[in-house]
Amino acid sequence: MRRTWQGGYGPATNGRSRVITFDSVTKRYPDGTVAVDNLSLEAPTGQITVFVGPSGCGKTTSLRMINRMIDASDGQILLDGTAVQTIDPPTLRRGIGYVIQQAGLFPHRKIVDNVATVPFLLGWDKKKARDRAMELLEVVGLDPAMAQRYPFQLSGGQQQRVGVARALAADPPVLLMDEPFSAVDPIVRTSLQDELLKLQSELNKTIVFVTHDIDEAIKLGDRVAVLRVGGRLAQLADPKTLLSEPADEFVREFLGHDRGIRRLQFISAAGLRLRTDLTVAEDAFPADSDEPWLLIVTPDRRPVAWVTPRRPEEREPYGTFLHGKDNMRSALDAALLSPSGCAVAVDEDGKVVGVATREALDEALAEAADV
Amino acid sequence: MSDGPPTLWEWFARNWDTGRVGSISNLLSDHLVMSLVPIVAALVLSLPLGLACVRFRWLYQPTSGLMNILYALPSLPIFMLLISVTGLSQTTVIIPLTFYAMAVLIPSVVDGLGAVPDHVRQSAVAMGFTPVRRLVQVELPIATPVVLAGLRVVAVSSISLVSVGALIGQGGLGMLFTRAYQNPFLPPVIVGIVGIVLLALVADGLLVLAQRLLTPWVRARRAS
Repeated sequence: MRRTWQGGYGPATNGRSRVITFDSVTKRYPDGTVAVDNLSLEAPTGQITVFVGPSGCGKTTSLRMINRMIDASDGQILLDGTAVQTIDPPTLRRGIGYVIQQAGLFPHRKIVDNVATVPFLLGWDKKKARDRAMELLEVVGLDPAMAQRYPFQLSGGQQQRVGVARALAADPPVLLMDEPFSAVDPIVRTSLQDELLKLQSELNKTIVFVTHDIDEAIKLGDRVAVLRVGGRLAQLADPKTLLSEPADEFVREFLGHDRGIRRLQFISAAGLRLRTDLTVAEDAFPADSDEPWLLIVTPDRRPVAWVTPRRPEEREPYGTFLHGKDNMRSALDAALLSPSGCAVAVDEDGKVVGVATREALDEALAEAADV
Repeated sequence: MSDGPPTLWEWFARNWDTGRVGSISNLLSDHLVMSLVPIVAALVLSLPLGLACVRFRWLYQPTSGLMNILYALPSLPIFMLLISVTGLSQTTVIIPLTFYAMAVLIPSVVDGLGAVPDHVRQSAVAMGFTPVRRLVQVELPIATPVVLAGLRVVAVSSISLVSVGALIGQGGLGMLFTRAYQNPFLPPVIVGIVGIVLLALVADGLLVLAQRLLTPWVRARRAS
């Protein structure tokens, strides 16, 4: 389902994305604590910028200074060149979508009215606001029947989807997300992350996303700002650069030990050399093959199992990756799932395109390590 | 007509509407006025006071302390004190009952607003609610169940307490008890007690109904 998001919703915004600029921003509390220390960076238009760091690094404070939930002590934050301090807070906030950890839904309002919150605030006609809310429920993958329920009747993951729908309701150009997925279980989190990426590929909002989870940062961020305790910027880079060239020991440690493996997810598996001569039909098994492993496929070329001529009666499991779409990490993962050590490339219909052998994977990994 | 004392029903029918001040229907309407006015007045006064106590935390302790002292004061001396100002009028009963009701309702309002989860308040701010709109559309609705629970206690206790006003000749249905005091004749006492209990039940029922209509989300939560 594709939708177009060209403006037309509400007076505060025109659906156009905006650049957010932090210009030497400092937040100092009366007791002398410095939460954010001279932060300068840009969250570019239409991209996801992730603030990541340990607790106490000022990532949430930085986020909240954008919509003036907290005011900066020094420096300024600009929205398309306009200092946010010069904009009346309610007006500013109605033009900025906001998603928080516990969703923050209004318990006394039905889901549809929760989603329509900002359109109501902007004075939209009730019917138009609710129609828009229904549309958004569909966009975030919720059953329209949920519209008439109350928030507590939904699961955590569903509530979070409603939170995203609510943030998008007035089509704000900017979206702030404060650890939106950290309170849901890992499986739901993964699917919410995937859907955010899918939505973003259609919406092109300027998103600032706060998390303490470096994996989430690397998965979602076009740019990742690693902050250290005391609110200082340790590194700002795209995820691939972050993983291959951490700026210092702090960033290196924060990234964890398997950053080499994680880097593979930024390398496409499309370049893998595939062999097409390793598949056989179930009943056409050759007795005298020199290959250590062969892949049995159905007549319409779907994978069935690996088999080795040494033990022709044993069927061994296989792992697949999506040809042309998946990255090297998925391909390697697929290879490790099978005793054959080979990864099966399939097309979108699940039909076998070819097989990446250990040799092919080795070549690709050597190339990746070379970067 | 029999010669013996009238049965309960005969006495009730004869005294329901005699056209005199002391008829049961008049006592009932007096009772309603003297119990409803304090309930409504206390609600109207407790909302802003409760809000002030939430806004300025330091205000809550002295306010609730003062209210508890007023609550602890026996009604008779308060009547005596007020008679010099308001005389033997209904107002003399209404004023202390209003204070009693406020002693219950102010903490209800404070607790109700305290029951608004912080993430809900935060997200209301972030959506761009102005403070007044946030209060009216988010915080007060979420506080409603707690305030209504307090209101139910207040309604029943006010209806029951009105009868104390009989001490100064303004007790609504409570007046029926004083007559029995002078003359050991049971029907008025029974009519008084049943009337007051029925009134309390009806008021409570109406508040439960209001609760269902105003806060359907609370009922749904229990059902799930």
